[in-house]
Amino acid sequence: MRYEAPETLDAAIGLLAGQSGQVKVLAGGTDVLVQIHADMIEPDVIVDIKKIAEMREIADEDGAWRLGAAVTGKELMDNAAFNAAWPGVMDGVRLIGSVQVRGRATVGGNVCNASPAADSVPPMITSRAIATVIGPNGTREVPVQDIATGPGKTSLEAGEFVVSFKFPKRPARSGDAYLRFTPRTEMDIAVVGCAVNLTLDDAGICTDAIVSLGAVAARALIVEDAAKALIGTPVDEAAMDALAAAASAAATPIDDKRGTVEFRTEVAGVLAQRAAAIALERAKS
Amino acid sequence: MGRAPSPFATKIPYEKKDLKIVGTNPTARGDAVDKVTGRARYASDISLPGQLIGRVLRSPHARANILSIDTSAAEALAGVKAVVTRDDFPDMAIEHAASGELMVNFRDVTRNMMARENVLYDGHPVAAVAATSDAIAKQALKLIKVEYEVLPHVIDVRDAMKPDAPILHEDQFTKGVEPKPTTPSNVAARMESKLGDIEKGFAEAEIIIEREFNTKPVHQGYIEPQASIANYTEGGLAEVWTGTQGHFVFRAQIAKLLEMDLSKVKVIPTELGGGFGGKNNVYLEPLAVMLSKKGKRPVKMVMDRDEVFRATGPTSGTNVKVKMGCTRDGRITAAQAELNYQSGAYAGSSLPLATITVFTRYDLENVSVVGHDVTTNRPKVAAYRAPGAPMVAFGVETVIDEMARECGIDCIDFRLLNAAKEGTQTHFGPKLGPIGYIQTLERAKVHAHMSEKLGPNQGRGVATGFWFTLGAETSATVNVGEDGTATLIFGTVDVTGGSRSAFAMIVAEELGIPYEKVRTMSGDTSALGFNFMTAGSRGTAAGSMAAVTATRKAIARMCEIAARKWEVEPDQVVWEDGKARPAGANVGDFAPMSVAELAKEAAWFGGTIAGHAEINVAQGGPGFGTHIVDVEVDRRTGAVKVLRYTLIQDAGKAVYPEFIEGQFQGGAVQGIGTALNEEYIYNDKGLLENAGFLDYRIPVASDVPFINTEIVEVPNPDHPYGIRGIGEVPIIPPLPAIANAIHDAIGIRMRDHPMSPPKVLKALKDQMIEDAAAQGTAAE
Repeated sequence: MRYEAPETLDAAIGLLAGQSGQVKVLAGGTDVLVQIHADMIEPDVIVDIKKIAEMREIADEDGAWRLGAAVTGKELMDNAAFNAAWPGVMDGVRLIGSVQVRGRATVGGNVCNASPAADSVPPMITSRAIATVIGPNGTREVPVQDIATGPGKTSLEAGEFVVSFKFPKRPARSGDAYLRFTPRTEMDIAVVGCAVNLTLDDAGICTDAIVSLGAVAARALIVEDAAKALIGTPVDEAAMDALAAAASAAATPIDDKRGTVEFRTEVAGVLAQRAAAIALERAKS
Repeated sequence: MGRAPSPFATKIPYEKKDLKIVGTNPTARGDAVDKVTGRARYASDISLPGQLIGRVLRSPHARANILSIDTSAAEALAGVKAVVTRDDFPDMAIEHAASGELMVNFRDVTRNMMARENVLYDGHPVAAVAATSDAIAKQALKLIKVEYEVLPHVIDVRDAMKPDAPILHEDQFTKGVEPKPTTPSNVAARMESKLGDIEKGFAEAEIIIEREFNTKPVHQGYIEPQASIANYTEGGLAEVWTGTQGHFVFRAQIAKLLEMDLSKVKVIPTELGGGFGGKNNVYLEPLAVMLSKKGKRPVKMVMDRDEVFRATGPTSGTNVKVKMGCTRDGRITAAQAELNYQSGAYAGSSLPLATITVFTRYDLENVSVVGHDVTTNRPKVAAYRAPGAPMVAFGVETVIDEMARECGIDCIDFRLLNAAKEGTQTHFGPKLGPIGYIQTLERAKVHAHMSEKLGPNQGRGVATGFWFTLGAETSATVNVGEDGTATLIFGTVDVTGGSRSAFAMIVAEELGIPYEKVRTMSGDTSALGFNFMTAGSRGTAAGSMAAVTATRKAIARMCEIAARKWEVEPDQVVWEDGKARPAGANVGDFAPMSVAELAKEAAWFGGTIAGHAEINVAQGGPGFGTHIVDVEVDRRTGAVKVLRYTLIQDAGKAVYPEFIEGQFQGGAVQGIGTALNEEYIYNDKGLLENAGFLDYRIPVASDVPFINTEIVEVPNPDHPYGIRGIGEVPIIPPLPAIANAIHDAIGIRMRDHPMSPPKVLKALKDQMIEDAAAQGTAAE
């Protein structure tokens, strides 16, 4: 196994393009190293991309944030302005692993590991962040919800990797939130996760909403009907009931060691309501 | 508890006296610094020059016959120095021996360590290799070809008892049934425990409650995986460094399994990263010795976490039926139970212990317990902290709570009405001596916890527990150094990290020197006489009996030195306040001599100062505890949050109270984990799905509140310091206490373990459907 740590994007592209055998991109390593130790993967080459400067940047570009894919959870948590701008994304980031894990783990890695239960992915999706993907054929822009295609699988082509995420500017009176259900309070994996991002008009009526569920399908879902349940309402009890019903209806989970179909379906609706309530509070404040 | 009590066992009567050191909290813990700095040597920290790395090939099937094993390709791989299979180990006849609180059968121990005719669970060892690197060893495992004939399997205890169940052992006929059955069964044994007349008891009852409970197997969850390093020399001697709760028992088992003389095997216990009963059994040790013998180099083996879960002992999964009757004024008249315990692949669960202790917290006239030990396609169960007890307490303490409510009596008052006390006839045999059960209940009743206000969806539960204090063989040596400091070499294993400090305090108290002047260290199997395992809460209780005995012999030797110097008779010298003194004014006017002064002159007056103990400590001084827990149930997700927890237990005498508190808290937290989320999850192929801490959910620190503790001290009459075992009782009550609290919060009785969110949410939905149906009926 060979380890490479290029310092420029071009060097990384060159390294990744020229390889035969299994190549793995490494950022924080909190998934890759675990998979190697568990004999799940045996890469021939590891390309560590965290020494590339632009991948470590957090930039406020006139209200539109750009987040380098190799920025760690801890670095993001320490950025007060980003926390204020996207509290729902940070709800997800704060739930990844433990203090130690967040010191290494990156949002880019969380997205590209393509776990259906990844905690930062539903709020990244509801933020409508766009990933900048680079590879041997140049650069392309991919919405976060289109990166993962199934458990452990992504739409990235051979030699491609995510450089950064671009967040849209936020309208006034917007709020987002992410909640997950886990039996433990930390060091756990979501049984169900739900992110809600909504915007209110000055009368308190919801004008825009997006809802994403994690861990209830092969990848994080956008639930259109759940958003529709909120838009045009003051996010009252009736809207909340419709939201829960839509979220539960959209969930297509499996029975596994982490939860039953019945439980996940039910709790998807509960979390959607609770996340929406927090997002609403944040939009109003 | 494994073996019959000996009439020659040692008891030392309780000595009521003022204590200077015992009962205080020294700031310097004997184990702390090395553990904090990383200097403590666990088994995986030991390395020997030239060592090989050993790895185990494990069964991918729940049950299969082994048709053939071809190791030739693995043996041909460069770097592979040894491969062992069933062919390298002698078969064993049926022979039982005590191994902690459970019994083992060598016919099965050898098969569990290395499969012979068949594999009986996912993870069952089939072969082992030793190679010059871990990578080569892992590669070699892939080259071993095993031909299996996969057979139907059975995982659940109730399924295994059905007449059409796949039978694990064609030669297993249920023991304890007359006449001997003619067909084999997964029920390895049937046992009974009876007192009085159960029919009469139920006839006298005005309220009878009968309930059924099911529990999943749970793992001990020690953080340190099993690890061993063995060195077998051309001279036929074996040395084994290993993480164990009983190095002398391991020596015996290694010697037996490998047909070696005991004297040729030396086992060195390393610092232990948690045991809880799970390190009472050999797994890697005989394999490492055999690989070292064949590979002619030291062999180190460390299990991965998934191997720990798949192949080392969890506790039994159980099916428990409890039926109890009482009068309207709250007097229990009859107590009956049926216990069905999984033993895993081979017979021998904690059932015998559970059967005889089901109702021991109560003073009962009529008891009837029937138990079944049932083989299933899971790893052979091991002891786990009060083995077998939490599951029966789940049943009994829940039914007690139900009966108390039915009678309209407070649940603590109900227990007080029926509480075991000195003189109570147990259904396991003896009458109880002085015990502190009633005190724990009375303290619970007035505890500030009981007056904390509960909010909506919050509830409070109470439950109690009892466990033995095992005695057994215990040896120790006290050496007094030339500078007057003392070293205790103990032969029990300091499983908790606390007994070495407790021993130091007791030796210092006996000698009359400061705690800091006593070092305690564990001795390997060549240093001392045989010591039974640290099991049955005996570590500090029994270990300190040996420490006291050895120290008093050293003191006698010091009195002898003073007598020789003063030219008086030894019985004219007494030991008081850390000094040898003339027994009276008529003996002569001699200045008292301290330990340091005596040590300085010891050589001239006959030799070094030491004292030894090789005793068999009498079993006794059982412990009792009462727990109070508050929970809040999230009605929409079924999540149960533990809000408050209070634990009151009789320790006999708390030698080092902060350590006792730690033991209490640790037991309660393990019990909370057991109650809420821990379970083995098998798929339909009989393979373990959650062989890791991510999905086998022991609690993290933020899952539990601060555990309040109170220590009751009713001295054990047969121990000089009054010490009782305390390690096991605290894990017994949490499961039923939480079940009772959940009922108090939402009116639902949870009888299926674990009380995990999906189960609680399902129960809440079922309750809503029932309520709606009841309202519909009422409306008609």
